[in-house]
Amino acid sequence: MSDVLLEIENLETRIGAGEGAVRAVDGVSLAVRRGETFALLGESGCGKSMTALSIMRLLPAPAGHVVGGRVILEGTDLLGLSEAEMRRVRGGRIGMIFQELMTSLNPVLTIGEQIAETVHMHRRLRGRALRARVLELMDSVGVPSPRRHIGDYPHQLSGGMKQRVMIAIALAGEPQLLIADEPTTALDVTIQAEVLDLLRRLQHETGMALLLITHDLGVVAQMADQVGVMYAGHIVEEAPRAPFFENPHHPYSRKLFESVPTMDKRDRPLAVIPGSVPELTRVFHGCRFVDRCARAWEACREIAPAWRVVADGYRVRCHLYDPAHADGAPEPARVPAPAAVVRPARSDHGADLLRVTDLEIHFPIQSGLFKRISGRVRAVDGVSLAVGVGHTLALVGESGCGKTTVAKGILQLIRPTAGSVRFDGVELTTLRGRALRRRRRDFQIIFQDPFSSMNPRMMIGDIVEEGMVALGLVTDRDARRARVEELLGQVGGLPARARERYPHEFSGGQRQRICIARALAVDPKLIVCDEPTSALDVSVQAQILNLLKRLQGKLGLSYLFITHNLSVVSYLADDVAVMYLGRIVERGAVGEVLEAPCHPYTEALLSAVPVIDEASRREVIRLEGDLPTPVDPPAGCHFHPRCPRAMPVCREHYPGVTRIGEHHEVRCHLHGT
Amino acid sequence: MVKLVFLWTDALLYVLVATVLLSAWYIRSHEHLRAPWREVLHSRLGVAAMVVLAAYVTIGLLDSVHFRMPAGGRAADGAERYSGRVLSVLDLILTPLRTHEEETYSAPLATRLYTKETVELPDGRDVRIYPRLRYGGAQLRDPARERIPDILHTVLRGAVFALVLWAALLALVVARLARRHRWRVLHALYRVLSGRTEHPWNVALYTAGALILFGSVTGHLAVHYHVFGTDKVGQDVFYETLKSIRTGLVIGTLSTLVMLPLAIVLGITAGYFRSWVDDVIQYLYTTLNSIPGVLLIAAAILMLEVYMANHPQNFQTVIARADLRLLFLCIILGITSWTGLCRLLRGEALKLRELDYIQAAQAFGVGHTKILTRHILPNVMHIVLITVVLDFSGLVLAEAVLTYVGVGVDPTTYSWGNMINGARLELARDPVVWWSLAAAFVFMFGLVLSANLFADAVRDAFDPRSGTTRGPGSGRRDVGA
Amino acid sequence: MIAYIIRRILYAVPILIGVNLITFVLFFSVNSPDDMARMQLGTKRVTPQAIQMWKHDHGYDKPLLYNAAQRGVDRFTDTIFFQKSVRLFAFDFGRSDSGRDIGSDIRQRMWPSLAIAVPVFVVGLLTNITMALLIVFFRATYLEVSAVVLSVVLMSISSLFYIIAGQYIVGKLMHLVPISGYAGGLSAFKFLVLPVVVGVISGIGSGTRWYRTIFLEEFGKDYVRTARAKGLSELRVLFRHVLQNGMVPILTGAMVILPLLFMGNLILESFFGIPGLGSYTIDAIQSQDFAIVRAMVFLGSVLYIVGLLLTDISYTLVDPRIRLR
Repeated sequence: MSDVLLEIENLETRIGAGEGAVRAVDGVSLAVRRGETFALLGESGCGKSMTALSIMRLLPAPAGHVVGGRVILEGTDLLGLSEAEMRRVRGGRIGMIFQELMTSLNPVLTIGEQIAETVHMHRRLRGRALRARVLELMDSVGVPSPRRHIGDYPHQLSGGMKQRVMIAIALAGEPQLLIADEPTTALDVTIQAEVLDLLRRLQHETGMALLLITHDLGVVAQMADQVGVMYAGHIVEEAPRAPFFENPHHPYSRKLFESVPTMDKRDRPLAVIPGSVPELTRVFHGCRFVDRCARAWEACREIAPAWRVVADGYRVRCHLYDPAHADGAPEPARVPAPAAVVRPARSDHGADLLRVTDLEIHFPIQSGLFKRISGRVRAVDGVSLAVGVGHTLALVGESGCGKTTVAKGILQLIRPTAGSVRFDGVELTTLRGRALRRRRRDFQIIFQDPFSSMNPRMMIGDIVEEGMVALGLVTDRDARRARVEELLGQVGGLPARARERYPHEFSGGQRQRICIARALAVDPKLIVCDEPTSALDVSVQAQILNLLKRLQGKLGLSYLFITHNLSVVSYLADDVAVMYLGRIVERGAVGEVLEAPCHPYTEALLSAVPVIDEASRREVIRLEGDLPTPVDPPAGCHFHPRCPRAMPVCREHYPGVTRIGEHHEVRCHLHGT
Repeated sequence: MVKLVFLWTDALLYVLVATVLLSAWYIRSHEHLRAPWREVLHSRLGVAAMVVLAAYVTIGLLDSVHFRMPAGGRAADGAERYSGRVLSVLDLILTPLRTHEEETYSAPLATRLYTKETVELPDGRDVRIYPRLRYGGAQLRDPARERIPDILHTVLRGAVFALVLWAALLALVVARLARRHRWRVLHALYRVLSGRTEHPWNVALYTAGALILFGSVTGHLAVHYHVFGTDKVGQDVFYETLKSIRTGLVIGTLSTLVMLPLAIVLGITAGYFRSWVDDVIQYLYTTLNSIPGVLLIAAAILMLEVYMANHPQNFQTVIARADLRLLFLCIILGITSWTGLCRLLRGEALKLRELDYIQAAQAFGVGHTKILTRHILPNVMHIVLITVVLDFSGLVLAEAVLTYVGVGVDPTTYSWGNMINGARLELARDPVVWWSLAAAFVFMFGLVLSANLFADAVRDAFDPRSGTTRGPGSGRRDVGA
Repeated sequence: MIAYIIRRILYAVPILIGVNLITFVLFFSVNSPDDMARMQLGTKRVTPQAIQMWKHDHGYDKPLLYNAAQRGVDRFTDTIFFQKSVRLFAFDFGRSDSGRDIGSDIRQRMWPSLAIAVPVFVVGLLTNITMALLIVFFRATYLEVSAVVLSVVLMSISSLFYIIAGQYIVGKLMHLVPISGYAGGLSAFKFLVLPVVVGVISGIGSGTRWYRTIFLEEFGKDYVRTARAKGLSELRVLFRHVLQNGMVPILTGAMVILPLLFMGNLILESFFGIPGLGSYTIDAIQSQDFAIVRAMVFLGSVLYIVGLLLTDISYTLVDPRIRLR
């Protein structure tokens, strides 16, 4: 094929040397055609970023090195080039953007200088022409008024703007191929939609090819022409987008689809992939997925599956599709119809476990000669919400909107500036000392980062029983021990001997289970879940969501679930509250709000979520600019500067609450009386 | 029987040794604490440095058991009388070196004095000659002819003895490993010597071999010669430099350890509580830090001198007096250096207090004291350890400089600083008296180099990436040149 | 920015009072004004009247910290501590206990001190940074390994050794420069070469190692990967990106030392017989001249605080992310 731009053959990359070397990339082959988007899909640790770095020959030195294979860009093997020749390829013929956009720009150089550097390097422009080109590039990636921002330093830019600058740098050499390594993972959905939009537009304009590395099926569905699914160091399935999304072949791909939470899976547990990704230090003889595959048989253990072409341009590495082996395949196990999760009938709001009214949390800003308080960060600025007994309220919002601060304010980890937090009829904000401590057993918290949420110097047993000891719940040592073992079993089969091990010996998903066990240890009525799954892969996320759902059914727990992920909301929550800049703009039952959003912000948020199912895709509503700062919120409705439907009145007054339905409220002038 | 004498620094050293042993026992039973140490033991340079340090520490500890010998006879009340001189176990071992005093300077391995003296011949005439030494090479009848062969012969005997000792050590190690791994003896030997063992035993053995060789050869020579010559008053320089080891070790360890509790408590409470507690503690260490280190040390030492001059009755022996000054120097050095650690710990506690597990503990209503001791303290201990190890070599070097300035250890204390100070003026002589300087510098270099290498290994193991402890040493830049 | 600087200067006042209190307590907890007078007057035939006279002349005839004989604020102001401290804040150092004008002594002696300390600092900084950059450029080669080992060896050698070896080899064996001493004007040069060289060499080991870790740390950061992905050459990455970012910790580390250079290099000055502030201080300590010690401690603290302030200001110059409020 002459239209192939980049071809990778049997690429092998190792990190480290000797027996302990990690085979990060272990036989990857793929081809990217001119002007098309190849999406490399995989969960963390599968080697997709290492593949990209191997192409660029930017592996972390001296540990990482390519040990085999070829990377052919228009007939030249990049692995055979000298370093000087390779430098002309980097930035010139292949541009790359990275996931870590907060740290990937040089903090002490202006963005103009950083873009100009690449232009100068590859286009040999100087002076006026150079500056003109930089401005042109900035304009083309959508930096508003480039002249004003050319002298800005990276820290002065928002996340979305940083990513635009990164793209401008990558495009400066007018490359034929752009490698984008998780370009939107660190961004909020509305910004993500814009950046993906931008990438598509640029690709259309310049005709460059795009190698898109991502873990997000939704992003793949929107962007890709060709999809490669990566697992444990190599590609297991490669197909054009449409047939892949219609009918994925590899058992791993199928499981990935099934584990994505959606509204219509609400009444049953999500599919999970048991076990975890195998260590890449070992040499594989059979199929790499065999230990986690529901349909594996002996042949899968003994013979590594070769590529099978199942349709035109569609190939898969699985014995199921190989007539020579497939006879031994077991019938797909009938998944027993999951017992519908019994939920208490939706009670009216009289049975609220938690009722927050007009909660305000402000942080003073000190300035001037004597550090007088000159302003306030209005992190939370009048939030009211309620969580019913045995129910889940999802608090949704983009980063910086104050949702975590709400959680800490409710738990009294930060003392609110004003407002009331009534829990089970008791006002928490006025409780002090012992009285508050006695109450603490009723509400607990689970954090986002499974790695910083446990003291690395304590054993699991001590971590789980910490609450019981601190609150004096179980004073007997043996009873405590028995309870810890029971809890560890309850959260998903952690063995009793896990008690005497340390956090670093567990994977992210296991740690999150232990954190749930720790919270459960004091028999709480409410658990605040602060983005508990956003650091996890989708298959592990499914495990945690299932667990949370099961525990709720069994123990009658209430959840305040804080997240930015709307698909999780649609799967898990009963009610949802959408937060924007310290205030709740819309709340109601999850079905009503997600199906028929009333606030323009909720609409925009929903439209920006990349959807797998093409039928349910909506027109993306573009939001202008970034989230304003809570120090100096816009007058009137906080959302009006970005709102596509803003009216004059929006600039004047903050809208009051309008009731749409029985359980549906919105604060927007569009619906005002 | 002898009468044991407990000096202040002895007692603190014992406490230190006990602490080290206790923590070693504790660490053994905790896997996550053991892991970084295992990494230290895997580093070749680290192991070599540890062997050398162990030799220094052994000598230092032998020199820290003090007693007074019976002086013979009994006092009026029937109690045994003791000599006024306080000796250590090391002194006993080195008795020949200690007692073989010459008139004045003599070069290493010399048989005659370094200076001409007027000697009265038996026939009554006075001649100016280089007189024979009282002890150095005294067994030789014709030193001019016999000296070199005798020295070579002694070196050879020492080397053979060392080889035997080393072979025994090797056999011990090989036997142990063979038993543990169920290897055949020859296979174990091959593995050990070629370095194919979990820990770099070959490096440890070769380093130990070099030390044994050096010790054995000098030991054999020292019986009849002054290996490093003698100083102005005829004292054996080798003896002096061995005695100086203890001073170096005391300064290097006790200085940081004396102030450690204060630095830890203040550092983590400042970082954890913030607000006014932080303000007060920050004020405290900024104030202390802003006083130039040498001036503070000088003022404190002078103060002590005046106090000692005014209260002579409080000090029974010269050695007790010198010891108190040593301890005081440690304390004051500790005060000038604890601010750095305090600031590091404050910064770390500031970071830790925002971590989720601290928040989780607060959500359980765990008290502040418990959070500090259970959650914060264990997670900053690696910084404490690295700081202590890193500071060690700087302190050893600082001793020499401070002693030179006149605000270091007591002039009667054996220390490298005093040796250098005493020998420095002799450089103006012609020909030069170089051996005191050389011995002091070489032994100091050995200790400091191995401490630095060990510190590197420890830091790499405990703080592999983060830059928290990679500062340029804690604020002692103004002491060094 | 201005508000920040003013606030920092105001913060300095309690610190300086604290420093003064410490020196004062340290000194007078073993010495009494009577002891000082006796020491200054000599031991022979000292009459109580002479002591009284001396104390009155030098302002030591008041209570130390608290004057019970006075009323109101005077109870605290009419004391030795207050009287002696207040003057310092106006940089009026007064006369030393032996009668010399400390201010003019300092003005006279600071030049030799600066003549040694500034070259040692500047040359040392440049040498160390260059060495560190070279090591980083050749990273992951044997050159790096041996350079790192060499710097550990160099930093394990006592600074006294460098001085003595330097004096012996260059001064005594080769007779290139005088071993010690000082002269004003241009002839100062020949007296300064050796101490400066020795000062630089003795700092190479630890300095190079420190800067190396700074650069290596920068090298591990994501923006370096971005710079490489642009196709920049290794040298350009090193000088334009790594060095500029490394300047933040380097400059801020150096700024604290800058004002302290004024105080002179104690050991170098004393070994090479250079009449700077370092040896001035040592002499004062040895003769127990409280006035000079107090003045020097105060000066040192002021310079240290100025150094901290310079550090903060230099942060804003090299790191656009930091703004002082």
